[in-house]
Amino acid sequence: MTASTVQSAGVDAALRWLDICGLDDLPYDAGVAALLEPGDGSTRQIALFRIEDSEQVYAIANRDPFSHANVLGRGILCWTQGQPAVASPVLKQHFLLSDGRCIEDESVRIQVFPVRVHDGRVAVGVAES
Amino acid sequence: MNDAIRVVVIGNGMVGHHFLEALATGPAAGRAQVTAFCEEPRVAYDRVHLTEFFSGRDADALSLVESGFYERHGIRVLIGDPAVAIDRDARTVTAQSGTLVPYDKLVLATGSYPFVPPIPGHDREHCFVYRTIEDLEAIRAAAGSAEVGAVVGGGLLGLEAAKALKDLGLQTHVVEFAPRLMAVQVDAGGGALLREQIESLGVQVHTGKNTQAIEDGASRRHRMRFADGAEIETDVVLFSAGIRPRDQLARDCDLAVGERGGIVIDDHCRTSDPDVYAIGECALWGGRIFGLVAPGYRMAAVAADAIAGGGEAFTGADMSTKLKLMGVDVASIGDAQGTAPGAREYVYVDGLHGLYKKIVVDAEGRKLLGAVLVGDAADYGTLLQYRLNDMALPEHPDALILPRRDGDDLPGLGVAALPDSAQICSCHNVSKGQLCAAVAEGATTLGALKECTKAGTGCGGCAVLVGQVLNAELEKLGLEVCTDICEHFPHTRQELYHLVRVNQIKSFHELQTRHGRGNGGCDICKPAVASILASCWNEHVLDRRHAGLQDTNDRYLGNLQKNGTYSIVPRIAGGEITPDKLIALGEVARRYDLYTKITGGQRIDLFGARVEQLPQIWEELIAAGFETGHAYGKAVRTVKSCVGNTWCRYGVDDSVGLALEIEHRYKGLRSPHKLKFAVSGCTRECAEAQSKDVGVIATEHGWNLYVCGNGGMRPRHADLFATDLERDTLIRYIDRFLMFYVRTADRLQRTSTWFESLDGGLDYLRAVVIDDSLGIGAQLEEEMAAVIGSYQCEWKTAVSDPEKRKLFRPFVNSDRPDEQVVFVREREQIRPAREEELEEGLPA
Ligand code: SRM
Ligand SMILES: Cc1cc2nc3c(=O)[nH]c(=O)nc-3n(C[C@H](O)[C@H](O)[C@H](O)COP(=O)(O)OP(=O)(O)OC[C@H]3O[C@@H](n4cnc5c(N)ncnc54)[C@H](O)[C@@H]3O)c2cc1C
Ligand code: SF4
Ligand code: FES
Repeated sequence: MTASTVQSAGVDAALRWLDICGLDDLPYDAGVAALLEPGDGSTRQIALFRIEDSEQVYAIANRDPFSHANVLGRGILCWTQGQPAVASPVLKQHFLLSDGRCIEDESVRIQVFPVRVHDGRVAVGVAES
Repeated sequence: MNDAIRVVVIGNGMVGHHFLEALATGPAAGRAQVTAFCEEPRVAYDRVHLTEFFSGRDADALSLVESGFYERHGIRVLIGDPAVAIDRDARTVTAQSGTLVPYDKLVLATGSYPFVPPIPGHDREHCFVYRTIEDLEAIRAAAGSAEVGAVVGGGLLGLEAAKALKDLGLQTHVVEFAPRLMAVQVDAGGGALLREQIESLGVQVHTGKNTQAIEDGASRRHRMRFADGAEIETDVVLFSAGIRPRDQLARDCDLAVGERGGIVIDDHCRTSDPDVYAIGECALWGGRIFGLVAPGYRMAAVAADAIAGGGEAFTGADMSTKLKLMGVDVASIGDAQGTAPGAREYVYVDGLHGLYKKIVVDAEGRKLLGAVLVGDAADYGTLLQYRLNDMALPEHPDALILPRRDGDDLPGLGVAALPDSAQICSCHNVSKGQLCAAVAEGATTLGALKECTKAGTGCGGCAVLVGQVLNAELEKLGLEVCTDICEHFPHTRQELYHLVRVNQIKSFHELQTRHGRGNGGCDICKPAVASILASCWNEHVLDRRHAGLQDTNDRYLGNLQKNGTYSIVPRIAGGEITPDKLIALGEVARRYDLYTKITGGQRIDLFGARVEQLPQIWEELIAAGFETGHAYGKAVRTVKSCVGNTWCRYGVDDSVGLALEIEHRYKGLRSPHKLKFAVSGCTRECAEAQSKDVGVIATEHGWNLYVCGNGGMRPRHADLFATDLERDTLIRYIDRFLMFYVRTADRLQRTSTWFESLDGGLDYLRAVVIDDSLGIGAQLEEEMAAVIGSYQCEWKTAVSDPEKRKLFRPFVNSDRPDEQVVFVREREQIRPAREEELEEGLPA
């Protein structure tokens, strides 16, 4: 199986890959929430999105910066100008999956995480501290 | 590298950051070694939208800095460490921490500070200014224990601050020294109208008041005493009496400053020392300070260009503004006060609607010099263009502000008349020519145009005009104003419906491959196609290929609430419920501690269920005999009933019985928008059937059928469609009516708006449904029969299918609930914790 890596902007530090789930655990062409636990006692909520049946998977923060609810994984996966994005289920702002930018409000950007798909498993990268 | 330049920037505010961006993306990027001093505890944020901090935009959301931006460009930012001294001979800047930073080029972007008049008592506790996130945090904390707030200063910022106090729940006063509000931008007439409008919102305005002292109050924390003997009492005082440039560092190192403050700069933003630049609100150009962000951004670009060796010049800026103050549109352009010699004014006042419009023109009536708009600023963009481009006014300039009736267009007006050089977006300095070029290169939607030119993404004031340029250009390019549902399908909803029906298309992917454009979909076409597929084939909405298409409510079969939990509305057909079921419902609500409320649709809503609780709760509800109420779907919602002739002494027929029959017949039907019905037992109409999509009223001889009524945002009285129908005919008409609507309406179009856009109106609708003029009657009935025949309780199917249950896990890799969902108790039930309660130490 080929490994596909989606690299987020601005991450060039050494990465540690945290295994999250099987590729088949992700819903078809939609999002899902996941917990990211780097092992230092902290826990973060992320949202994973899988494009159709492919190995293309994106990870972003699950928290909607406008409503402060942890819901982005429940938004609709959208394509805008050829780029994948998610529409917040609360007030429908769109965030690009590639770099977290909010389309309606440039000053808002949410965190994105690098994702690696390998041997049917999905892993998310965190910066080595 | 020996041609490296060390650039030091003091101040990491809006303009300072813009400068860093301009430098990092400009020609000097490779050579500049940049250090930025940042006095505040966080990097640059959007001060213009500071007030949104109170409406829930936190510091992160206000940030202007893309994550990783400074690291990527090797910019060193000294956060929380202000610069305290500049040594121009040694070319160093000293930080408070003692660090010494050498520079080749120094940029001062220190902004300004709020001016606090030296009134005795101005420094009492609970007296604030309004400039930083810390200021707002302090104000919010103080407001918690306050009832009354007063703002000193009735200018643009003062009114914004007053609105914030009002939204924090305080009784609010605005105290202004001048005889009117917004004295700088607005003339006397506009000011009077603005005052009226703001007072009608419950804010008390005191003009012509000179505050002499702030001292202990009798009933509130402070008493403000005015020169004329009047006084008010308040708990919180907010000063918004203007700004002063922060030029102390410049003064200390003997740079030239203006008489009334401000660091003097030339057209290249250079101070009296050619290696030192000043930009933003601390800079004085041509004897003026610009208290707006757009001119500051322009200065930042000019300074970055100068340091890179370029020759761009700052040539001043237009100070026109448009804003919404407490919901009132206010705009001011150019010479608003009409001070130019020979200037003439035209004024239009509409007291009834609270409109004030004034234009100032030159002596010959040929050029626009200024304007004031209060109550309706729709003409701002057009008027501003007249002024900025020195365009010739129409023969009767008053036509620009007089109300336009019967759609008569103005001569020579509209974006087509603008020259290509006209600046449309002043925040990002985008001209009409640039917009046109972008459209020609393929940016044919507003979103795309904004994204590639940045126009409209600053203060937003130019958005309308940007849209007009777009439409005009599209028209010129021969592109019709597009009726496509979205960028992914070159079709209307009606066309998509036919494609699905005729070609037996069963999935979004198939429709997209055969009839779509590009690939993928979006939050417009996906739910619309999901709804069409459901109307046609009625497969379960959570089937693997359908789940991701659904809006969140349909995807979780519940209504999303503000904190990410869901509400649950079981069907209570006709509003009839047995005591046992009522008790069962109460028990489930109690077991899961759900907030319980009777809805406006004669049923019961249980709020506050977390995603992972939904299947369990529904299992219990189903066991108690309930089924889904589709409160989440664009589907049949409720059939409201009155008690009817079973009990009511006036009733002429069994309205509850008919309501139950109708509700069970059409439940589960998905449609372009939600559908609401009602049945009343006599003409007293206690079920309000005439405000529903389908309403039925009993008569002595049968049933009267009403259609296309609406409550909600734009209420519409239903039309009487047919009278004295016996039951079978009634049902046949409703079948046909509903299916015809499902076939032909636009997405999210209720029956009322659909009806209003239907050519031929009521007669046409009657011809189709009653006389079967299109010959599709039987087909419509068949299609309806298929929907009715394939009904399933979506929740029952979902809880008994392990794959569907998986969709309700809180996390794909954990069953722990989202611990950031927090409730507090109010009136003996739960409610979502508010932002400030979360901050005050509830587990977050
Ligand atoms: C719960 C309820 C309020 C209540 O506590 O009583 C309610 C709650 C909501 N209504 Fe409503 N409406 C409720 C009765 C009504 C009524 C009264 C009625 O049905 O008799 C109306 C006016 C009648 C009408 O629709 O013509 C009504 C007109 C609206 C509208 C405006 C529709 C319009 O065409 O103008 C919206 C917005 C929309 O649908 O786009 C809306 C939207 C909403 C939403 C979905 C808003 C949202 O997106 O969150 C609310 C869902 C909350 C939830 O979680 O359940 N609600 N809403 C009522 C549920 C009735 C039910 O049992 O299903
Ligand atoms: C509530 C509010 C609403 C506004 N609304 C609008 C609007 O609608 N439209 C509009 O155009 N403008 C608006 N403005 C004005 C706009 O915010 C300013 O014009 C803009 O912020 C000016 O940018 P600046 O970088 O010059 O100053 P600032 O953004 O104030 O940045 C200056 C920074 O320098 C720092 N600093 C100062 N001295 C030092 C030092 N010695 N060492 C280190 N750091 C230092 C300060 O702490 C500050 O962070 C509004 C302002 C406020 C407060
Ligand atoms: S009226 Fe508005 S706030 Fe109230 S329930 Fe309906 S949509 Fe929500
Ligand atoms: S003028 Fe401010 S966004 Fe265009």
